[in-house]
Amino acid sequence: MSTSTLKPTSTSAAPADRSGNGAPHRDGYEPNMVLATQTFDVVGTRPVRHDGADKVTGRALYGADLALAGTLHGAILRSPHAHARIRSVDTSKAEQMDGVYAVVTADDLPEAEDKLVDVGEGDTRLSYVHGNVLAKGKVLYQGHAVAAVAARNQHVALEAADAIAVDYEPLPSYMTAPEAMAADAELLHSDLRMKEFGEQTDKPSNVAEHFHWTAGDVAEGFAGSDVVVERTFDTSTVHQGYIEPHNVTALWNHDGRLHIWCSTQGAFVVRDVTSKILEVPVSNIKVTPMEIGGGFGGKIPVYMEPVAALLSRKTGRPVKIVMSREDVFTGTGPTPGSHVRVKVGATTDGKIQALEATLAYEAGAYPGSFVAPGGMCVFAAYDCANLSVDCYDVVVNKPSSAAYRAPGATQAAFAAEQVIDEVASKLGLDPVDFRLRNAATEGTRRADGPKFRRIGCEEVLHAVRDHPHYAAPLTGPNQGRGVAVGFWFNVGLESSCTLNVNTDGTVHLVEGSTDIGGTRTSIAMQAAEVLGIAAEEILPEVVDTDSVGFTSVTGGSRTTFATGWAAHDAAQKIVAEMRARAAKLWSVEADQVQHAKGVYSSNGNSIVFCDLAAMSSKTGGPVSATATVKPRGVGGSFSANIVDVEVDPETGKVEILRFTAVQDVGKAVHPSYVEGQMQGGSVQGIGWALNEEYFMGADGTMKNSSLLDYRMPTTLDLPMIDTCIVEVANPGHPFGVRGVGEANIVPPPAAIANAIHRAVGARMQRLPMSPPAVWAEVAGS
Amino acid sequence: MHWIDYYRPSTLEACLEAFAEHGASARALAGGTDLLVQMRAGRLANNVVVDVKAVPELNEIRYEPGIGLTLGAAVPCYRIYGDPTVQREYPALIDSVSMIGGTQIQGRASVGGNLCNASPSADAVPPLIALGATCRVASVAGEREIPAEDFCTAPGTNALGEREVLVSLNLPAPSPDSGACYLRFIPRNEMDIAVAGAGVSVRLANGCFDSGRVALAAVAATPLLVPAAGAALSGQPVGRSAIAAAAAAAKAAARPISDMRGTAEYRSNLCEVLTRRALEKAVERAGGTLG
Repeated sequence: MSTSTLKPTSTSAAPADRSGNGAPHRDGYEPNMVLATQTFDVVGTRPVRHDGADKVTGRALYGADLALAGTLHGAILRSPHAHARIRSVDTSKAEQMDGVYAVVTADDLPEAEDKLVDVGEGDTRLSYVHGNVLAKGKVLYQGHAVAAVAARNQHVALEAADAIAVDYEPLPSYMTAPEAMAADAELLHSDLRMKEFGEQTDKPSNVAEHFHWTAGDVAEGFAGSDVVVERTFDTSTVHQGYIEPHNVTALWNHDGRLHIWCSTQGAFVVRDVTSKILEVPVSNIKVTPMEIGGGFGGKIPVYMEPVAALLSRKTGRPVKIVMSREDVFTGTGPTPGSHVRVKVGATTDGKIQALEATLAYEAGAYPGSFVAPGGMCVFAAYDCANLSVDCYDVVVNKPSSAAYRAPGATQAAFAAEQVIDEVASKLGLDPVDFRLRNAATEGTRRADGPKFRRIGCEEVLHAVRDHPHYAAPLTGPNQGRGVAVGFWFNVGLESSCTLNVNTDGTVHLVEGSTDIGGTRTSIAMQAAEVLGIAAEEILPEVVDTDSVGFTSVTGGSRTTFATGWAAHDAAQKIVAEMRARAAKLWSVEADQVQHAKGVYSSNGNSIVFCDLAAMSSKTGGPVSATATVKPRGVGGSFSANIVDVEVDPETGKVEILRFTAVQDVGKAVHPSYVEGQMQGGSVQGIGWALNEEYFMGADGTMKNSSLLDYRMPTTLDLPMIDTCIVEVANPGHPFGVRGVGEANIVPPPAAIANAIHRAVGARMQRLPMSPPAVWAEVAGS
Repeated sequence: MHWIDYYRPSTLEACLEAFAEHGASARALAGGTDLLVQMRAGRLANNVVVDVKAVPELNEIRYEPGIGLTLGAAVPCYRIYGDPTVQREYPALIDSVSMIGGTQIQGRASVGGNLCNASPSADAVPPLIALGATCRVASVAGEREIPAEDFCTAPGTNALGEREVLVSLNLPAPSPDSGACYLRFIPRNEMDIAVAGAGVSVRLANGCFDSGRVALAAVAATPLLVPAAGAALSGQPVGRSAIAAAAAAAKAAARPISDMRGTAEYRSNLCEVLTRRALEKAVERAGGTLG
């Protein structure tokens, strides 16, 4: 398929371009292009977001804003050791302090049953969730929660937490997968037995799981290759870096009902996991999701909710706990550091003959490192019959890892996309042309088995090749241009949505998906499209777990796709009901009433949605509909970057001169938010590439647990990021949506590494590519 | 954070009396951008805070031609870079005060506070040393002067006695054929701590360096004056070879550690690069050419 079917649409028609760069770029092109395949009335436009006024005026209520009468303030005592046995915990001094109301430790939790629990994006053992909430017997990382206090105010709570005496017996700690995999490494979990090739073995190990996907014959593929490149790469642990720290208020009422207010990507996950940990029926727990200040996957796990609940049960009062930034860094899940080997073979005609990777990811304290998604994505952009992907999930003495925007895929792409680039270079081929010659397409089988349905890998690469940025000249010495492509498969899961038609013609939309990236609006727009009314006439609200049907996490780029689908289905039910109401008015059969763009008509009669809504009382009462979905038809998303850098060879500092993000999103429901997601993912990828890392001391403690020394990029470190939205409709969704939130973080580190290589000849095999690291490579080469 | 007593004297005499009374348990509060952070982190045991922002002697900027600049210890950065005379006469000081923190921090943070905090990476200190600043220190017992390069004694420790207060910094008037510059290296482009920094000043005469001073940040336990770098310049023709020799001397004098902000080897390299670049800029500001 060529790009001729993708039609550019101008962004300058937008009423108010949020990025301020709706004007043509200095080089005379649209900085934010949309290559559209299908158009609608509402879907694809750019209305003002429904939560905009509250956000810009500061009225939006976040968890830390909540102040219930009689609230006690909690503090959590965290381990100073990376790995230690807990000999004893003495809380007596803290309990006797003036202003202290309660202290809890792991002894206050029910014994964990040995069973699996769904923690949002998959299952894990309940005992691991338990152990992470409050350590029992052992601490497995610095920052591991050991005890908690509820007190009159936060200052007393912090002092009381300090007064808890814990006797530790320090143990050897392991910070990387290769260290923890060493034969003589001490076991983090005495009961952990390796799962291998899908079978539970009886091998005690720090490797929680080892699996291998293979297709064809890689040995034969390499033997038949003219060029073979093999390299090993390491990436540091990095954090999602959401600006709002985790927070919770819990009130365990005297009637046995537990109410939790918190910042989470999945209120139902908080409800269900807390229910399992505390052995309370889900029906006794109500979770109210507060406004969220970023999550990126890191606000899926449950940390403090059961702890605050226990403190509330002991005191009979609401208990609020808010993490500090240091707590966030050391006590919540970052994304795994990785050790990845990639080998690629190709023939002089530019065809890849074999692809091989070994991925070992740091799960942190408990199994579950997202190495599997890494393995699923590592070679997803390429069509090759000979594949081998070997994966290790390894526990280490770092915080239990959590999802982070396409979890596992960025580390894999950093390795694979550099080797691909090197092979292209050795073959004397343009890096985009080489990727196009081998691009995955409909029917290509991925390493983990599934065959792709309609995907946009080629279209994304065409958009890169044809983008004005790709042909623009570089302007000085030590500059280089890099490209890379990335993939994320996206997920479906479960969603619910209710629509209540008001008599003034507006519609209240009730949903349970945390709105991180503008999804109130992107969901409302899908309902508006079906109903034939304006997006502004839908009034979306994210509600508590008692007030809407079950809805899975906001994660896996699923919310616009799946909750939007639920809104679509609910709106169709409303249309059917409205046809029946109009039929009643005109004394005809419902199937004689036609609906188009909000106008209901039959035999010369017609009535608009608004007027029909006003008559609902006379036509049968309130109009309301609910739909729930568990959609199949998830469409994966490909993303690519063009990046220009300039390297100061004397200091190793890398400046990003120009950055273009290209992504197939299926259908951009609200292009401004889609551009925002692409730019946001790019920025996080740039931070991951250049400076972000958990800097661990020899004792296994984090030395840079502040936003001063954990260096995320600021606005002065970034150029305006240009976007190119590619729309290859997902045949599995009513509007062709794929999901946009994640694939955009996958290519940046690899694209920047490729650009650095072209600028100064250094091949960067470790993240971050910080100034000292780049300088050492340049000085050494 | 525990309870503290707060004083806000409006005369130098009352200020000195407060320190005489409370001694080691008192800390001076100017902008508070270091003090409050450290108190919140539990790193300080003081139970008295003396706010010095109402003491006139600590809040003046006064330039007298031929004599120099009197810079009150509590004057915040924005007042310094907003002062046209300081802009004209002390561009190296402007280099540093306009890169400390962000705009909000610059509205509160003072050069005197930056010096008293005695961080090895303090951005305001190398230019003070390079410019030959002296520190006016007072207590109820009297006054004394301390050269800027002798003020910091260890990380977080300075030469002040328990009852002493830093009143002002006195910078000599620059001669017309002089120039100075401060450069630091940070991985980001703002909001960061120097991995290394170099503050330099030069005086030119007849195509030669008449004299030079080089001071480094973040590569020793204190901000570091490098006499050997100045000596490498003195009497040499203005040009790249003398600058290279001074930069090499700066690198040789550095005693950096490896930490989360950079390796020792990398910091030593930065000393050479930054000293060279800062000297080139200082020569330009002095009206010289590198040939």
